[in-house]
Amino acid sequence: MKTKSNIGKEIKLFGMGLSYLLPTFLLLGVFLFYPIIKTIQFSLSDVLDGGVVDHFVGLKHYLALFSSASFLNSIKVSFIFVLYTVPITIILSLFLAVIANEKLKGTKFFQMIFSSQLGISGAASSAILLFFFHPTLGTINNMLGFFGIPSIGWLTSPDWALFSVALATVWMGLSLNFILLLGGLQNISVDLYESATVDGAGYWTRLFKITIPLLSPILFFVTIINFINAFQSFGQIHILTEGGPSEATNLIVYSIYRESFIYGNYGFASAQAVALFIITLVVTLIQFKAGEGRVHYQ
Amino acid sequence: MMKKIIFYILLSVSAFIMFAPILYAISVSFMSASDINNAALLPSKPSFDAYKEAAERIPLLQFLGNSLLIATSVMIGQIILCSLAAFAFVFIPFKGKNFLFILLLSTMLIPFESTIIPNHVTIINLGWLDTYQALIVPTLVTPFGVFLLRQHFLTMPKELWDAAQMDGCSYFRYYLSFALPLSKATLGALSIFAFISSWNSYLWPLIMTSDDSVRPIQIGLKMLVSSQASNNWPIVMAGAIIALVPTLLILFFGLKYIRKGLLSGSIKG
Repeated sequence: MKTKSNIGKEIKLFGMGLSYLLPTFLLLGVFLFYPIIKTIQFSLSDVLDGGVVDHFVGLKHYLALFSSASFLNSIKVSFIFVLYTVPITIILSLFLAVIANEKLKGTKFFQMIFSSQLGISGAASSAILLFFFHPTLGTINNMLGFFGIPSIGWLTSPDWALFSVALATVWMGLSLNFILLLGGLQNISVDLYESATVDGAGYWTRLFKITIPLLSPILFFVTIINFINAFQSFGQIHILTEGGPSEATNLIVYSIYRESFIYGNYGFASAQAVALFIITLVVTLIQFKAGEGRVHYQ
Repeated sequence: MMKKIIFYILLSVSAFIMFAPILYAISVSFMSASDINNAALLPSKPSFDAYKEAAERIPLLQFLGNSLLIATSVMIGQIILCSLAAFAFVFIPFKGKNFLFILLLSTMLIPFESTIIPNHVTIINLGWLDTYQALIVPTLVTPFGVFLLRQHFLTMPKELWDAAQMDGCSYFRYYLSFALPLSKATLGALSIFAFISSWNSYLWPLIMTSDDSVRPIQIGLKMLVSSQASNNWPIVMAGAIIALVPTLLILFFGLKYIRKGLLSGSIKG
């Protein structure tokens, strides 16, 4: 049975808890919860300049999405971009993590170099690669020319641009993956390797029978993070290609940016933003669901 | 022995490939236009001209100062607000705590990119376009930061809190005198993380600023890229180097903390 003072105490604790949480929830409310609801409202309305909702139009913008060649293209290139970047980024970072995890002198130095991209902004990396990709003066075509290979329009040819932006994205994403995977490797108990070695398992057997299976929860987590990051790429596209040539690199976030802030189609852009939200949500929920059962735990 | 040599070769080659673009960008930033045309590896006459010219084309120091002010404010704000929230989630037993925590975690499902249109409208309505607060306030708290500190607070011994309570220590004094001082490493990780992500953010400042007064360096770099009609690459490389050096140094000195932070956010989470 609750006494009066108990109820008073609970109210006091509740007030105190809320006062610590108030600034956090105020900010999240204003800049995350409210705008996501508002985005949904915009996507169902015609929106005037300055974000004034003119009138409800139902699913008009969503129907327009499915008949918009530009939007369908941006969904397509976003998924192709994910396919180009995610597997390669993970394989390369896993390779870096495995070689940097050896007990050798100086690995700290190499770990630092492999982590360096985390301290470099996407804008800076992209500006540097813009020079490397330059058709006539660029480093990559110069190197190809040295071997007698004809120049490639890395960012100017519609056939190559998405690949080039993907290449840049792989480079920029290595460090985050490297740190997560190295952490995973260092969590694997040394005893397992020792007993495997006693049983006569060689380097490759240990790598494929112990390391990679035990790493699978993190590999899974990393795949999801990479999927979301790749899908939401913006900075490198804005600097390297501005969505071109002929929309070959018009990924979904760039498409939202262009539609809303350059063309001023708030309603149509909001429908795209909702599509982005739903795709991200589905991918994240898959992680929550499958992350529990499918992967291998120690 | 053979195995060692193979690993050193693999490590060196990988490190070289990964870092070579940065090293070459530094080299190019000291070159002249003719070095670029000759595809030189190193500058024939190293000079700071590109840096000087970059500073003439855009208000470089102003942009650097803006970035520093914005990133520092975001960092301090995140330390205070995230730690207050995390403290309440761990130490204050109030009704509805679990619900609020789930609500907080659910915000991680909302991609910031899908909220930019109404957020832009909000900032216009607040009259904050082209102000520092537009670039600072929306990122003053992240669910990741709250989560990270909560994980750490959970590891603090319960006996300490019991003893402090017995001595009549208030919640706020416990927060100030015990919870924060005992979390230096995690707070360090969060600070570095907050600073670097704020310094490197791009999309939000791009749509929030239309004049130079509050623009951060990343957008300045884009202006430099757009302005170089005559293929003056040393200037662009100089801009890129200036934009990346501060955070790269912070990363090198704080890598230990960052790794700890990232890993406790992913593995133990």
